[in-house]
Amino acid sequence: MRALILAFCLLASPAMAVNPDEMLTDPGLEARARAISLDLRCPVCSGETIDDSNAPISRDLRLAVRERLLAGDSDAQVVDYVVARYGEYVLFKPRASGSSLLLWLAGPAMLLGGGALAYATTRRGTRAPEAENLTDADRARLDDLLRP
Amino acid sequence: MIVELGHFTLILAFCVAVVQSTLPLWGAYTRDARLMAVAGPAALAQCALVAVSFAALTYAFVNSDFSLRLVVLNSHTAKPMLYKITGVWGNHEGSLLLWVLALAGFGAMAALFGGNLPATLKARVLAVQGLIGVAFLAFTLLTSNPFLRLEFPPLNGDDLNPLLQDPGLAFHPPFLYLGYVGLSMSFSFAVAALIEGRVDAAWGRWVRPWTLAAWIFLTIGIALGSWWAYYELGWGGFWFWDPVENASFMPWLLSTALLHSAIVVEKRESLKAWTILLAILAFGFSLIGTFIVRSGVITSVHAFANDPERGVFILMILGVFMGGALLLFAARAGALEAKGAFAMVSRESALVANNLLLAVSAFVVFIGTIWPLIAELVWDRKLSVGVPFFNAAFTPFMVGLAIILPIGAMMPWKRADIARALRPLRAAIVLAVAFGLLAYALQTGRSALGPIGLALGVWVLAGAVTDLMARTGRGDLGARLTRLRHLPRADWGKVTAHSGMGITIFAIAAMTAWVTEDIRVVRIGDSYSLGSYQITLVDVRDVQGPNYTSTMAQMRVMRGGADVVTLFPEKRFYPVAAMPTTEAAIDYGLWRDLYLVIGDAQDGGGYAVRGYIKPFANWLWGGVLLMAFGGMLSLTDRRYRVAAGARRSTAPATAQPAE
Repeated sequence: MRALILAFCLLASPAMAVNPDEMLTDPGLEARARAISLDLRCPVCSGETIDDSNAPISRDLRLAVRERLLAGDSDAQVVDYVVARYGEYVLFKPRASGSSLLLWLAGPAMLLGGGALAYATTRRGTRAPEAENLTDADRARLDDLLRP
Repeated sequence: MIVELGHFTLILAFCVAVVQSTLPLWGAYTRDARLMAVAGPAALAQCALVAVSFAALTYAFVNSDFSLRLVVLNSHTAKPMLYKITGVWGNHEGSLLLWVLALAGFGAMAALFGGNLPATLKARVLAVQGLIGVAFLAFTLLTSNPFLRLEFPPLNGDDLNPLLQDPGLAFHPPFLYLGYVGLSMSFSFAVAALIEGRVDAAWGRWVRPWTLAAWIFLTIGIALGSWWAYYELGWGGFWFWDPVENASFMPWLLSTALLHSAIVVEKRESLKAWTILLAILAFGFSLIGTFIVRSGVITSVHAFANDPERGVFILMILGVFMGGALLLFAARAGALEAKGAFAMVSRESALVANNLLLAVSAFVVFIGTIWPLIAELVWDRKLSVGVPFFNAAFTPFMVGLAIILPIGAMMPWKRADIARALRPLRAAIVLAVAFGLLAYALQTGRSALGPIGLALGVWVLAGAVTDLMARTGRGDLGARLTRLRHLPRADWGKVTAHSGMGITIFAIAAMTAWVTEDIRVVRIGDSYSLGSYQITLVDVRDVQGPNYTSTMAQMRVMRGGADVVTLFPEKRFYPVAAMPTTEAAIDYGLWRDLYLVIGDAQDGGGYAVRGYIKPFANWLWGGVLLMAFGGMLSLTDRRYRVAAGARRSTAPATAQPAE
């Protein structure tokens, strides 16, 4: 597909997502604000974080995040604050609870399942064939011969 | 006239594809040599006809034939010639024609170079390839015809999206398509083998070059897209886990797995059923990718192709081909008996682990991509899955892959001993840990990502070098170096590609963890420091381009009182498309890229300016290209050329003993 092609049509225009006038003077708080913004989705754009987005609502959200941080909220409290107002849609990383737990467990579950299947198949393959009944002396000799 | 000719040859190509997909299949079933022989010429004819059609469309674009709807929508007389040509595939209909051209091209290549294939296998492979051609030619003609005329042609066109008017993007789609479509070849081989009911070492050897070629194209295509995003989008990101990026990444992951499992088929006649399944799935994910992009079902920033009719058509193609192939697989897979058994610890089992991790990571990307859709359909939850999810859920599998890679690569076939495989790697382990600790000590208070990425990268890279040296056997250094030069290309390819993987891992971690970012308002004449650089905004002026206007800044970069470079970041505006773009100015370097972006003029005077120092940025593209280069080395290995030569002699090309 033109994969990246039209990609980011929306992303590209706003070179200045985070504007200098929004930024906090405390570098620690600002860094936390940036980190939080990167996980929050702009509610009206498609697929952009509020950090990238040029939409007015994203600017409001960026300012809101900073306001909450200045008020002394923890990162989790800030995120809760935004989620309470805009729903879980704004979270780019769904919380591992309820049905979203399936999303998080899908990969590890497949790894375990696939691993077990591969293990079982390999075991079945190894048990049957050839030269399994070597003595230790044979094996040592074989290892010797096979040494690169 | 020429346009009608192109339209006509496209319809003819459809007819030829119908013949190509039926007669040879019947011929192979009834052992009728004449019917089977239809396949080759039909594949060549189909390719020639689609090529004429594509040339006709290109002709219309080059001459700005505004009686053609597609040209009006995507071109403009003021556009530079290069972008008139790339405009051919910078849209849905044209890109589909390119897709079909690549498909027919691969079919023709198989017809030309498949002389050493058994007649029935060749006929069936080309027939399956023809069947895919039938589906996509029908799709093009029925839902996305590029040759539609307008009754009242306008005087000028609407222009191509300005973002696409870029050299990096001009060649991104063709490469990606060659990759996607190349996987159709592996698919055709898999389905043909299932119909034959036979998979052996020779099959593994035939299917591997096609998979390798597709994989190389995919790798380069993805790298081009990523590079374009890096310099064009204005903040130096290189991967966004966007659905459309994922659409190209899933086939890449699966074809990487296929590449490795086909080795096991070729050398050990094992993992046959799994390899067949992978070949089917890899192409299946190419089709899913097509569906995701073309239907707009998963709304992404790419969702410019919202058209349910097309989406349903592609879904049908996907259903028929995947459903059919998987049914066939279910019926026949049992007949594919593995010959070479292997122990729990062996090269084979290491490759199984590689396949498992790659397949699971592709699955994670897949489920993350479609999860918003599932959540909305099943639980009526509107949610988003984006970068932070993928970073957290995908990365662990890649870390696992990087850890086992050097060990698996050193293991002997059939039966191995982990302790013995690790022995030659002791130096690599020490080196990796030392580099990781050094990086950790040098960086204070940053994430562990950088050091871990560095350690993993060094581990994979040093492991690849160890692997190479181990291949030269024992003896004095001179003799070993001589042997090094005479190693098969495939060995060099393996080591090169693995090195590229190590470098890529390191570069991704380094670029992400050690970036320096700076956002500020600067007045003309003011200076500020970014890292160890002093940057002065010398001037900002308006410049007129061929089909855009530009606000161009002149920024002087100095270090320790000496001039480094003067950069000219731009903000462009394309009046026809009414669209602004950012042109970041980048000073490329071996150790870092200096990346400057000019923003809007501020109310209080001055301009918003973004600056980045991106460490090791070029190592990322270098690493990926190294992977692709490794693939090319492997592709030119003697044993494939020997196999190709065998077609001239009359010797039967049956299974040759594994090397």
